[in-house]
Amino acid sequence: MINLELSEGLKNMDQLTRGLAQGMLRPISRKYDIQEHDDIPEMEQLGGLMGGGAPGGSKKESDSESGDVMSSFLSEDGSSNEIKNGGQMTAVVTVSNIAWGCCGLMLALPGVGLGNAAIQSVATPEQKERFGRVYAGMAITEPSTGSDSSAVSTTATLDGDEWVLNGEKIFVTAGHRCNTVVVWATLDKSKGKAAIKSFVVPKGTPGMELVRLEKKMGIRASDTAAFSFNNCRIPKDNILGSAEVADTEEARKKAFGGVMQTFDNTRPMVAAMAIGVGQASIDMSKDMLSKEGVSFDYKKRLYNCSAAQAEMYRMEADIESARLLALKAGWMADNKMPNSKEASMSKAKAGRSGSHASLKAVELCQSLGYSVDNLLEKFARDSKILDIFEGTQQIQQLIVARNVLGLSSKELK
Amino acid sequence: MSEQAALFDLTLTEEQRITRESMQRFAESELKSISRESDENGSTPEGFLDKTVELGLSLIPIPEALGGAGMPRSPISNALNAEDLGKGDFSLALAAVTPLAFINTVIDNGTEAQQEKYLSPLASESFVAATIAFMEPKATFEPTEPETKAEKSSKGYVLNGVKTNVVLASTAEYILVIAQETGGNVEAFIVEKGANGLSIESKKNMGLRPIETCTVTLENVEVAANAKLGEGEKSFNLDKFIALSRLGTCALSLGTCEAVLEYVTEYANERIAFGEPIAYRQSVAFMIANMAIELEGMRLMVWKAASRAEQGMDFYRDAYLAHVLCAEKTMEIGTNGVQILGGHGFIREHPVELWYRNLRAVGILEGCASI
Repeated sequence: MINLELSEGLKNMDQLTRGLAQGMLRPISRKYDIQEHDDIPEMEQLGGLMGGGAPGGSKKESDSESGDVMSSFLSEDGSSNEIKNGGQMTAVVTVSNIAWGCCGLMLALPGVGLGNAAIQSVATPEQKERFGRVYAGMAITEPSTGSDSSAVSTTATLDGDEWVLNGEKIFVTAGHRCNTVVVWATLDKSKGKAAIKSFVVPKGTPGMELVRLEKKMGIRASDTAAFSFNNCRIPKDNILGSAEVADTEEARKKAFGGVMQTFDNTRPMVAAMAIGVGQASIDMSKDMLSKEGVSFDYKKRLYNCSAAQAEMYRMEADIESARLLALKAGWMADNKMPNSKEASMSKAKAGRSGSHASLKAVELCQSLGYSVDNLLEKFARDSKILDIFEGTQQIQQLIVARNVLGLSSKELK
Repeated sequence: MSEQAALFDLTLTEEQRITRESMQRFAESELKSISRESDENGSTPEGFLDKTVELGLSLIPIPEALGGAGMPRSPISNALNAEDLGKGDFSLALAAVTPLAFINTVIDNGTEAQQEKYLSPLASESFVAATIAFMEPKATFEPTEPETKAEKSSKGYVLNGVKTNVVLASTAEYILVIAQETGGNVEAFIVEKGANGLSIESKKNMGLRPIETCTVTLENVEVAANAKLGEGEKSFNLDKFIALSRLGTCALSLGTCEAVLEYVTEYANERIAFGEPIAYRQSVAFMIANMAIELEGMRLMVWKAASRAEQGMDFYRDAYLAHVLCAEKTMEIGTNGVQILGGHGFIREHPVELWYRNLRAVGILEGCASI
């Protein structure tokens, strides 16, 4: 039955996480934006409360074991029904609220790394046991490899019982604060995508060096690291998934497709972040404008409203639309429906809408919006990356277009 | 409410699924097939409206005692129907659901006696037209502040004003006129066919050409006191009426946008330029991707608002925002639909220019198609 209201459990989670974001993140948001790479003791506390685990991964599984605050909400919805409102939807709701508080801090939440999502979706039960509740960053991008993840040139060579990694990685979110990095490397560059595998590399492994931390425009509270790997040796069974390289074209495609499927889970999460930042910008600019007598009652025709009202309504319409797209993508994942197209749709709509709303909010509030006395300018710096990482706006459009038009990556490049 | 309803869910009920199938079949065979011809002729083909009676649109919500099916008011089912019919043809679909919009508004706002009086004649085996007169000929028309006046008189009310885009007005048995009561609120008055002082002139627009869109002039039209919808506590709810009407228009447009998307998807894959299908070019492919993205976002907005309305929750903000999004994005889809076909899109041989003209109405229509 068509119903787009959040279930009781999701509503509770919505309130809880909004409260946490308001009470714990907002007050320290500016401080850590300025201090950039400093440690954030407050986040340890929040991380404990949230129970860690990857928002993009199979949250339900990891949290049901931990008995923390978050997990108490997870299992109840739809467990006895056919339709489920499960971990992915919970993650969309939670992530959007934490990002509403502060997107930089959200990305610095201990135990919540993209690498965790990869481990959750690909690791064997034995590996999950062995790696335990790691805090894992994800190292995909290389200095000469951006959106084209198939061009990875970091190599992994088997030497006895160990893999030997060599290469450079950049843009590793939480690379400094995490304790493990999931590294994408190729077993044989000549075999293309199918030879790309991911490896779990604990921090401190000899041969792995954190080269630098990037200084960024936004999400400064979240560290972004560059690593080099020089004959970095890790145990043979730290590879995620099979070490086989498929020999047929069809099987190779399938293998890489499996790796890329992690993104079907993580893209709605980045969409949720953009929704959170967009909503934060809307809420804050509405407060400022309301104090000066601008009211928002959703009544008059758009062009009978003031320009500020009309712009605000457009921003709200975009963000609501993005929110529903992200919830739909999450709902499909929770109900075991393939959601590649919907995941990309939500990321595309949310990425551009979050960016637009945050920039407009600054403009609408004029000098108050632009000033560091308020957080609006910070939201507008933070939002931009959300339309870039985890697949740029253009990559999302490419995925949706291929899907709608029924074209392969050879046809629609 | 069932337990299942408490979860976020996008699954259709079995009944909705079956209804959608037959609506889609009907839209394909009875609307799409005559879409171009009706637009060119500027008239609804004879027999079309009678054929829509088989869909039971009017009968469904009318109480059993009055000859209807007595099904509960269901904005979400109405939205699904509007979308499916709108895929066949926006204008013809609008005409088909116009009596239903009248019926829904009378059920929502009328007394039992009013329902009995005005709905019984509409529970008919043949198509009986009834409509709503809301918009006014003014560039800054504001739905919350209509200028048509209703003055209390000894016999009831006297109505004065001009209304535009009143669908099917000249054949309508009843016209529900929305007017500002002097010294009171905005109210809805039922004017019967042939009332003194009522003049109806059919006008043409950029789009919506197959159907009668009339300018209705009310010059000292007298109606009885009980022609004003509602009584005592239950009076006309203008905000709800505006919201439900906007959702109806938006729902119709979803179907039309779906038609655009399907058409350009096929065209872009077949049209060869520079040695390959134009779909292979990102500049074209991304336009189509964005159509799909925005369309899905609009659909979810409309569904959410309609489902809140159905559950008796406040839905005005949701409906307002859905309308803001649809007004902008349906036109974007309409204009890009023509753009993708290039010069061919501008020729009346292809339907994209027709959709473009009709989709311009989405941001304009008020008070039509109430779901």
